[in-house]
Amino acid sequence: MAMPGIADAKLAPGFADPGRDSQRVFRAALAAMAEPGRIATLDLRLQPTPPLGLAQSALALTLLDFEVALWLDGPVAPAADYLRFHTGVRLAARPEDADYCLIAGPLPPLSSFKAGSEEEPEAGATLIVAVAGLLGDGPWRLKGPGLPHEGRLGVGGLPADFAAQWAQNQRAFPRGIDLFLCAGSRLVGLPRTLTIEG
Amino acid sequence: MKPSSPAMAGEPSANYNFAFLDEQTKRMIRRGLLKAVAIPGHQIPFGSREMPLPYGWGTGGIQITASIVGPDDVLKVIDQGADDTTNAINIRRFFARTAGIATTERTDRASIVQTRHRVPEKPLRAGQILVFQVPTPEPLRWLERREAETRKMHALAEYGAMHVNLYEDIARFGRIAKSYDYPVLVNGRYIMSPSPIPKFDNPKLHMSPALQLYGAGREKRLYAVPPYTEVKSLDFEDHPFRIERWTEACALCGAGDSFLDEVVMDDAGGRMLVCSDSEYCAERRAAGHRGKAAP
Repeated sequence: MAMPGIADAKLAPGFADPGRDSQRVFRAALAAMAEPGRIATLDLRLQPTPPLGLAQSALALTLLDFEVALWLDGPVAPAADYLRFHTGVRLAARPEDADYCLIAGPLPPLSSFKAGSEEEPEAGATLIVAVAGLLGDGPWRLKGPGLPHEGRLGVGGLPADFAAQWAQNQRAFPRGIDLFLCAGSRLVGLPRTLTIEG
Repeated sequence: MKPSSPAMAGEPSANYNFAFLDEQTKRMIRRGLLKAVAIPGHQIPFGSREMPLPYGWGTGGIQITASIVGPDDVLKVIDQGADDTTNAINIRRFFARTAGIATTERTDRASIVQTRHRVPEKPLRAGQILVFQVPTPEPLRWLERREAETRKMHALAEYGAMHVNLYEDIARFGRIAKSYDYPVLVNGRYIMSPSPIPKFDNPKLHMSPALQLYGAGREKRLYAVPPYTEVKSLDFEDHPFRIERWTEACALCGAGDSFLDEVVMDDAGGRMLVCSDSEYCAERRAAGHRGKAAP
């Protein structure tokens, strides 16, 4: 594949201070996984790179490098040059080969992603999904590690049968996939241990 | 959070990357930590780096702390409960130098507590992170030497051998004789080593508001327990798990609810029991509590 020159591609800048910014984003991601359903807002000077939202860009710049494989769905495919330039990430042709997936279109069935093995469940994929909206007091009732009480969450723009798919993902534990849902600069974590009802 | 004890805070050394580790290594560890939190109690291999101190001095914990720490964090480091031992002081100084962060001896002021072999007596709160230094991350290692086998045992949740091992203790001694590194079952799925903390500290891991991260540098493993997660010490219905108790209180502060260390005072058999948690003991003494050997 012919690589466009850097000047031709008009790439947006990455983090202003890569070390510091990625540390802050990582701590937000860590807290999001440790406290599922809590909506975090990233306070970050980062120029979002359409079609990626700010939280999606920030998570990608924080977590990706040449050691992992990334799959992009159709709507975020234009971000490929940006991500390869800033992170050196390898692109995977198929979702089942990817460690990380950036998704902005309709969410493919969860069964199409890598779930790891019983011995190495950590090989399960991490999905960074753009959603239409996040609501702290939504219809989902959340239970699981990280939650002292039942949590609530509303998410706009996921498939209608998402809860059923998620229940299947949870039943496969310790195999499974983990999700970050992103809306603009806001993000929420759904680790595979989480129970979603409603 | 504002640094509370700026004594050791300052500009990080210009000769090192922030917090010593390079960004590539931090990213690798961070990816592992996110998966560790999503799979509580499961050990994840990582590319443990050579650190400027030998294995056994907390290189696993240090690499985790280096990967999570930011300029606004306040770090406490304890070694067997004490803030003032060589290992604890050196690790605090290491991060003060390479990251320029504030350090503290007060649990309630710390955002990150790195620990060797204790959990602070003072309860932790939500938002705090407890980083454990782990020598032997595999709880089944004493029963099965082959890594390929122990991985399979975890994969299949085939933990019968561990229960037999505990039962053998009961048959031989009338009780489960393990007093530290007492195995736990995390979220009903994985048997995990809580690191060599005394079993006295095991109940503090259960439903803890703080996030627990575990790092083993030599063994190249990391694992985690999210906040508010079930951590059950293994036992039997007729031999329930019990923590150790002392007939005496701390000789310095008079505390009857803390973990006590036995200190040899002379060569005539003189002994003293004192709090292992130096901060807890000092705070109680400052508040006027006195033990029987208090000056």
